[in-house]
Amino acid sequence: MNFSNFLLMGQETGLIVVVIILFFCDIFSTGKTAKWFYPLSIILFSILTLWGFCPKPEGEAFGGIFVTSDMTVLMKNILNIATLLVFLQSYRWLNSKEQSEEKGEFFIITLITLLGMYLMVSANNFMMLYIGMETASLPLACLAAFNKHQEKSAEAGVKFILISALASAVMLFGLSFLYGAMGTLYFNDMSLTVLNNPVTIFGLVFFLGGLGFKLSLVPFHLWTADVYEGAPTSVTAYLSVVSKGAATFALIFALFKVFGSMDIVWQNIIWWLSVITITLGNLFAIRQKDIKRFFAFSSISQAGYILVGIIAYNAQGMTATVYYILAYVFSNLAAFAVISAVENQSGKTSIAAFNGLYKSNPKLTLVMMLSVFSLGGIPVCVGFFSKLFIFLAAASAGQYVLIFIVVLNTVISLYYYLLIILAMFIKEPEESAVATFKSDIYNRIGMLICVVGILAVGLVSGIYSYINSLNWVI
Amino acid sequence: MEYSILIVITPFLLFLFLGLVGGKLKPNVAGLIGTLGMGLCAVLAYTVAFQYFFNVGKIGESWSQIVPFNFVWLKFTDLLHIDLGVLLDPISVMMLVVITTVSLMVHIYSLGYMKGETGFQRYYALLSLFSFSMLGLVVATNIFQMYIFWELVGVSSYSLIGFYYQKPSAVAASKKAFIVTRFADLGFLIGILILSFYTKTFDFASLTANDAELVTTSFAGGTFMGLSLATWALALIFMGGAGKSAMFPLHIWLPDAMEGPTPVSALIHAATMVVAGVFLVARMFPVYFFAAPDVLTMIAYVGAFTALFAAVIAITQTDIKRVLAFSTISQIAYMMVALGVSEYGGHDGLGYMASMFHLFTHAFFKALLFLGAGSVIHAVHSNEMKDMGNLRKYMPITNITFAIACLAIAGIIPFSGFFSKDEILAAAYHNHPAIFWTLWFVAGLTAFYMWRLYYSIFWNGDKKYDGHHKPHESPWTMAVPLVILAVFSIFSGLIPFANFISSDNMPFYTHIDWKVASLSLVVAVTGIFVARMLYRKASTKPAEIAQKMGGLYTASLKKFYMDEVWGWVTKTVVFRYICEPIKWFDRHIIDGSMNGLAWVTQKSSTAIRGLQSGQVQFYTWFFVAGTLVIALLVLFL
Repeated sequence: MNFSNFLLMGQETGLIVVVIILFFCDIFSTGKTAKWFYPLSIILFSILTLWGFCPKPEGEAFGGIFVTSDMTVLMKNILNIATLLVFLQSYRWLNSKEQSEEKGEFFIITLITLLGMYLMVSANNFMMLYIGMETASLPLACLAAFNKHQEKSAEAGVKFILISALASAVMLFGLSFLYGAMGTLYFNDMSLTVLNNPVTIFGLVFFLGGLGFKLSLVPFHLWTADVYEGAPTSVTAYLSVVSKGAATFALIFALFKVFGSMDIVWQNIIWWLSVITITLGNLFAIRQKDIKRFFAFSSISQAGYILVGIIAYNAQGMTATVYYILAYVFSNLAAFAVISAVENQSGKTSIAAFNGLYKSNPKLTLVMMLSVFSLGGIPVCVGFFSKLFIFLAAASAGQYVLIFIVVLNTVISLYYYLLIILAMFIKEPEESAVATFKSDIYNRIGMLICVVGILAVGLVSGIYSYINSLNWVI
Repeated sequence: MEYSILIVITPFLLFLFLGLVGGKLKPNVAGLIGTLGMGLCAVLAYTVAFQYFFNVGKIGESWSQIVPFNFVWLKFTDLLHIDLGVLLDPISVMMLVVITTVSLMVHIYSLGYMKGETGFQRYYALLSLFSFSMLGLVVATNIFQMYIFWELVGVSSYSLIGFYYQKPSAVAASKKAFIVTRFADLGFLIGILILSFYTKTFDFASLTANDAELVTTSFAGGTFMGLSLATWALALIFMGGAGKSAMFPLHIWLPDAMEGPTPVSALIHAATMVVAGVFLVARMFPVYFFAAPDVLTMIAYVGAFTALFAAVIAITQTDIKRVLAFSTISQIAYMMVALGVSEYGGHDGLGYMASMFHLFTHAFFKALLFLGAGSVIHAVHSNEMKDMGNLRKYMPITNITFAIACLAIAGIIPFSGFFSKDEILAAAYHNHPAIFWTLWFVAGLTAFYMWRLYYSIFWNGDKKYDGHHKPHESPWTMAVPLVILAVFSIFSGLIPFANFISSDNMPFYTHIDWKVASLSLVVAVTGIFVARMLYRKASTKPAEIAQKMGGLYTASLKKFYMDEVWGWVTKTVVFRYICEPIKWFDRHIIDGSMNGLAWVTQKSSTAIRGLQSGQVQFYTWFFVAGTLVIALLVLFL
């Protein structure tokens, strides 16, 4: 056994160490020491996140099924930041009466799914990708059902596990086609032998179906709204950002590395998927009354935007997509920070609960405003730049019709994002409106990070240049 | 020299601080914080100037360009990128000194002048914002950074002119200033785009290097409507400068901008913002000279005409701030002419040096005039000359300092204006005799209308003021800046400017051209003497002369109807034939398509709501069916 392979898995090893430490702390902390568990987890995970920014070796391990490069390290760092933000939002929920016993489980299960996502990002072999995806999916069902006393949460867990099992079956089915066509599952070998024949196409489509479930692309999206609504808000945030980010990274590597030579085929598929996804996501988002369902559909249409970046099969597309995820992390998690603050305070998740929020909680309202502005793509916010870059990437691939359709959809999306603004600033509050309250310190730190991210990332041009400077193929 | 970035950043931080929490501070505290911050900037600027001119600036024989701070903001290609940085060279260092000095004086002066006004804190926040924009503009390393700060200057001056936003005339004036300069800036932007499209760079250093070689070579003979593209680009860039520097016919905003508080007029409309256009041309001077000499000639003619035009109007105005406004236009036109007639290198570049010299001296005496006028207005609560007179007995300090400034602007030896104006006239004399005689005549007019102003305010009979409104000397916060600026106005002309500033950054030596100097002295003294005859004592002579002049007098009083001409152009031509069709298009086509999109969206949203049934069986069915449909579509289409 060559142990130098493990040196390349630095981040994975670090994550496992954190999980083990937390596991033992959780077992042995009782009574008085229990209250230190949450800060400890945050500190440990922050250290891991910071450590991710130290330079790492590049290379392939274990005969080429695992690959790490500066690009994968960056992607894992983005996932880390997002996970950290989710943890910061979950303080009040985890310390509520129902959950206070299960803090440890939440952290450990979440971090294990994160490990699965690391593997998805670093996979250089479809089996590895599949294992990563399973590791990332199955525990998520537990998380979705985490509020076990609530019917909706249980329903979300069941729905998630059923569809997840189906998706993984579809994906395996597709992988078996690919294996049958090429006789290997290694990305590097497959890219040499890939041919544009029906077997491969079938394999590709089924594989896309499996990943499309994680990305919640139409027509694989129907679970999204029910699960997002039922799952605890922190889990919804995790699902909508981290899980999606990891699936995007895995998808872009698989498409770019393996199916590069048949780009015309998959670009067509992605074209239609992205148009349908954005449009349908928008059409459903308009009608929602529940803020979590609303953000479920908003995240569906955001997934469509991500595909617009992927369709440009070049370095610019890669950069734009990764940048988009980074922007999406800050924008979407800012919204979820506010949602979970309001939910924990009032127990309400309807959009009507936000009516007149500006009068009682102006600061929260401003965070939410920045978030929806960024998601809608209003300038100065990072969301504007990320949209601009994916449009530029698509233009570099000559996809002008797609850009036109997507821009029209942006107008629609602005409409429903502004509905939130309308509710918060202009509508009169309900009788049982949310009173003025102060969020906990962790959530406030999280919101601060998000706000800084939304306002600064777009203006600090070095970030885009840095991503662009990374080589995505080893 | 890295600390020079602090000169720019400090006002910005002040703006943020005063803008965000200023309302919670006591007015005096906010004012003092703003003033101290500006004082810090001034100290830093003087340190930079000292270090630059006496330590590090001179490399070999010539003044070098130092870039102590640079941040690449947007990178398009290796050459084409937008930076935010600090460029130190003789003219930018000189501007740092001018801006921080005048701004500091205005800050101190406003402590007294604006006392008790509502929005005192907002006023100081806006002053800081303006100083920030102006300082960022002069240290810009590239034309795009300059453009960014150029617009910031526009915005902050808009909010300062409209400071009394409850007054409709102030609001109208601020809008007018913003729209007119913004219209000119459109030309500036197009010019920048053309220039950078061909040269592939925004950098001043690359643009001007080696006799602007990059510009002359990269345009490669492209023409449009008979003029070369380089000429177009530079003429359009000059249009931006003409807007900010109030050159005819874009000067109409400046007189109205006098609606702002008087110290603001001193800062913006005398010393800093309005010279931005001159600074722009000076910054790009080698490019103009080598790539588009026609544009320079045009600048000279535009400047000469504006100088005469504004001086003629200034003679008849009765609002003291308007007299100063037109005098500002006229003096800035002097600087433009000097650039226009200048050549490049050594003593041939006399005009360039003279222009910067006049900018320097003018900043002080014109700020002094405005602050003095503010002091008078503060005392008599009116802008009109007829409400003044005999004030020398009530306001000795204002009287003396105002007289010094009037001597300086009239060009009487040894006040500062004499030296700088002499250099401009000398430069014009050698290159364009016709322009020289125009400027010579304008110098006479200048002396006349300034002394008309002076005598009307401080002499002109024994006007008595009733006890209630008895004028009094201003408080020390206002008097001290007057005295300091008076010292500058007397002595700043003695600086051997050619040692420091020249078109090719090589020091050269100048001497006073006595032939030109005596001509200009004669005409200035004549002007003063005529003014003294007519206005020293209250008399009806001026009115009689005005009667005799008839139409000319009325035309001048009405500013040659330029406002009406512009009003006609915008109202009848632009609004009716351009805006109306656009409005129709917007109402029907744009709004219509958006409403249609909304209708389709709502309808289809209702139509498909059944999809989200909540049943897992249906979800799985949809999932599998969707996958199969995609696969089949790809295979068979």
